[in-house]
Amino acid sequence: MEIPYAVKPRPDTGLYNAKVGIWLFLASEVMLFGALFSSYILLRVGAPAGTWPHHWLNVILGMINTIVLIASSVTVVLSWASLKMGQFGRYRVFQAITLLCALTFMLIKSFEYRDKFNHYEFQLKDGSVVDGHVDWEKTTAKVPKWIPFKLSGEGKIVVEHANVISKYPTTAENHAQLMEGPAPLSKEAKEAEERPEKEIEVSQVKAFSNYGPWHNTYTAIYFTLTGLHALHVVGGAIVIFMIWGPLAGVYRKDPVRYTNRVEVSGLFWHLVDLVWIFLFPVLYLL
Amino acid sequence: MSNSMQHAEHSVAHDDHDHSAEEVRKHVNRYLLIGLALMIGTGLTVWAAFIDFGKFLPGGESVNWNVIVALIIACAKGFLVVGFFMHLISEKKMIYSVLAFTVFFFAALMYLTIWSMEHSNIVHLQQ
Amino acid sequence: MDSAHSAHSHTHAHDHDHDHDHGHDEHHELGFWQKYIFSTDHKVIGVQYGITALLFLFFGFVLMMMMRWQLAYPGHAMPIVGKFLYKILGPSMVGVEPDQMVNGVMVAKGNPGVMMPDLYNSFGAMHGTIMVFLAIVPLAFGAFGNFVTPLQIGAPDMTFPRVNMVSYQFYFWGGVIMLASFFIPGGAAKSGWTSYSPLATVADAHVPNGQTFWIIGMVFLITSSLLGAVNFITTIIQLRAKGLSWMRLPFFVWAQFVTAFLLLLAFPPLEAAGVLQLMDNLLGTSFFLPTGLVVAGQASVVSGGGSPLLWQHLFWFLGHPEVYVLILPAMGIVTEIIANNTRKPIWGYRSMVYAAMVIGFLSFIVWAHHMYLTGMGTRIATFFQTTTMMISIPSVIILTALFISLWGGSIRFNTPMLFALAFLPMFGIGGLTGLPLGFNASDIHLHDTYYVIAHFHYIVAPGTIFGLFAGIYYWYPKITGRFMSETWGKVHFTLSFIFMNLLFMPMFIQGMEGMSRRMYDGGTFYLGTDQVHGLSNWVIGLNRNISMAAWALGLAQIPFIVNFFYSINNGKKITNDNPWGATTLEWQTPTPPPHGNFEKPIEVFRGPYEYSVPGHVTDYTTQNEPDKHSHGNPVRS
Repeated sequence: MEIPYAVKPRPDTGLYNAKVGIWLFLASEVMLFGALFSSYILLRVGAPAGTWPHHWLNVILGMINTIVLIASSVTVVLSWASLKMGQFGRYRVFQAITLLCALTFMLIKSFEYRDKFNHYEFQLKDGSVVDGHVDWEKTTAKVPKWIPFKLSGEGKIVVEHANVISKYPTTAENHAQLMEGPAPLSKEAKEAEERPEKEIEVSQVKAFSNYGPWHNTYTAIYFTLTGLHALHVVGGAIVIFMIWGPLAGVYRKDPVRYTNRVEVSGLFWHLVDLVWIFLFPVLYLL
Repeated sequence: MSNSMQHAEHSVAHDDHDHSAEEVRKHVNRYLLIGLALMIGTGLTVWAAFIDFGKFLPGGESVNWNVIVALIIACAKGFLVVGFFMHLISEKKMIYSVLAFTVFFFAALMYLTIWSMEHSNIVHLQQ
Repeated sequence: MDSAHSAHSHTHAHDHDHDHDHGHDEHHELGFWQKYIFSTDHKVIGVQYGITALLFLFFGFVLMMMMRWQLAYPGHAMPIVGKFLYKILGPSMVGVEPDQMVNGVMVAKGNPGVMMPDLYNSFGAMHGTIMVFLAIVPLAFGAFGNFVTPLQIGAPDMTFPRVNMVSYQFYFWGGVIMLASFFIPGGAAKSGWTSYSPLATVADAHVPNGQTFWIIGMVFLITSSLLGAVNFITTIIQLRAKGLSWMRLPFFVWAQFVTAFLLLLAFPPLEAAGVLQLMDNLLGTSFFLPTGLVVAGQASVVSGGGSPLLWQHLFWFLGHPEVYVLILPAMGIVTEIIANNTRKPIWGYRSMVYAAMVIGFLSFIVWAHHMYLTGMGTRIATFFQTTTMMISIPSVIILTALFISLWGGSIRFNTPMLFALAFLPMFGIGGLTGLPLGFNASDIHLHDTYYVIAHFHYIVAPGTIFGLFAGIYYWYPKITGRFMSETWGKVHFTLSFIFMNLLFMPMFIQGMEGMSRRMYDGGTFYLGTDQVHGLSNWVIGLNRNISMAAWALGLAQIPFIVNFFYSINNGKKITNDNPWGATTLEWQTPTPPPHGNFEKPIEVFRGPYEYSVPGHVTDYTTQNEPDKHSHGNPVRS
């Protein structure tokens, strides 16, 4: 038994089955990310004035990642165009670039994630706050990277370029100072001199956490949105790779079906790109 | 390239009337241009993020122009991706009807959720 | 996406002609696993869905019967199952009856089997979850949708048969995860089927807990529904038989079509909410946990800053369309059966179709009427109140069209028709009692009382479930080739009808008297205070009547269960493939339909309900019967 219109378009709709299917699936994806964006807005609007973080993420890395994803979208559409023109070899090259882009994206993303997991905020018993990256080589205390954040035993913690706030979080200015985070990039070298490293004893620490999802609602929604997006990147890359590599033999037997598959996987890939186009300004810039 | 590949080219070109090989060939440059436009848009949005539009656009502090500008650029980029890379500007009517519903419900989800917080005391309008 | 499929198709000589030549493959002998467990045939998947969903329906009902014991006789050991539950769930969930004073002497009773509060909460949450997501939706959409829809549109199968199989597997394993949660430390989720945060996040101190299982189970069920919805919509758009234009589709197909859209677009926000709650649950984020949260007298060690309202928004964005997911397929089934048994066309077919579409459309913008008590602004409350009133209009249109369809018909009162007829007033009661809940002023009084329970159960239990029973009796001969017993069917109907009403009608009274829906002791705590502020003896006493009716309703299902299994091999055999004399295409296949469904491609010439056409030799004209003027088979006239 063969399902009708699996390859050829149905005359009255002008569409083959998988094309309808993927657009429906993309519609549900739009609602999925839409709900998360709406959560973002609600959390942001609900945050007390001046406490929503700005520029906590590295804009340059985010921009590079945006360009990498756009480039991959271009190669995806070009690979489909190549297939349409019967140039299987060129399709293969373009799609290989797509896969490389996906890999680059994930590498940069994982670098950004790691950075956040090394970034800590320590609230000390004297009411001050020390904020910055832990220098793991100089640190002798056992500092967890994951919940629950509890210190035991003794030892010291060394924080690089520490941002020290004398009182927390009693006034709006103090809070704002903390929320500013690392200053814009051009000043980074200057910052480093201004903020020397800071040593803390375990016994001084009242509470602390790193900038993982648990840190505040901003990091929570940041990790959720980008994490879910990254899962889509990985999933899309796996599908594109399967079609590109192990299933390439289908092209010989049924080129139309094969081209359709490339088109459908491409549509999914463009959606992944589209989501990032909105994620980038929302999380990195605003 | 082998015979079967040539056969493939033949059949691809003849099976799809909307995107024939000739048609697609013409579009390749367009795809590259759009890619370029998207990258420029990315630069633009980063540039715009470091400018305080509130200083010289009407409304002053009460309107967050930076958010508006960033979203306008993002929507324009989104339109390019959806319209041309995903071929939505030349898509079939059936797909349009499906997406029209989605757009409506998406808007409802976004707008009504925010609206419902209107008089609640947990709204803190910022900046 | 369908590589195995293409590899398979290339073994056939005529595969390039598939548009005109389907359904004639020689039947490969498939192994047991491929034939019954991982089948890609929509009919087998439909039956799989049906049987699994009926089991869950039964299980969900059993949970409720145990809860009703606790409500009627609080603190007494449960009969029959008490000792057993004590053994498997342990003393933290099932307690021992305390010693009692009898005639001034302490008597050690010591009977194990008292339902503890945590278990009551778990059962409540799981009764709702199981009934909605594991029983009714899979039965209405998964089972009937899968089995009947492709047949009614003249398709050989669903567009993506393997996606269909995966969809069932996700459903099955989602159900297994839900059931497994009863046996983990702390027991199953206990924060209601709505799982409101922060309660849902803080109810259990340790992770993973019942709530973790609930969320993961839900993600499985949502994935299953999404895959199913994509498949249904694609199938209905792409695989309609030649000549089967949109306005010739049976109303059942339309109902499934709208339902699929609701699932497709409403479920993703709940999936998002599930992901967020899972983050709160496992990673200590604060999406739904506000600043300054105090749990059991202790400040919570979370960052705070989250919004409990956010969960409610995302949940009810699904939750309300879900109501129509429950009711629309039942309306579809009832329409088919009413047309068939009145032997006349459905009155106002087009307006019913448009009404179904309007319902689907409006159902997305009414959700916050579940949230009037959250302190939202008055303007937005007015907006949601208005849309809520508007959505009752298309429901009334459908109901009215069905009532008018009965007018002047020579009605055959067989079992499916009895259930279908009972659906109409029951759904009417359920719908009309919803109006006071839709107005935000009256909702303030009725919110979270037994009135709400009675309202939505009237829609879902004697409403949807009666529709589903009707469907089972109606399509049973198509699946098995035999009728279910009419006599026992009528017994089943009569008893169910009586006890359903005895069960739910008193709840309206209890609710209007102000009895909260979440009281573990059935309100006994409020008894004995003055009759002005407390609940009266009589209102609380109704608990026992309700519970008796519930257990009687349970017993009334025995004729159905026996009938269902007995008739597979012993029911009255059908004499032809169209035993009810129906017009739609599912009766134009052999019984049971073979793999690929139709023996030759089918063409449609007319609308779905051409019954009693004057001058026609039979009182039904099947959709695939050619017109007089078209060439083809000559028309007997």
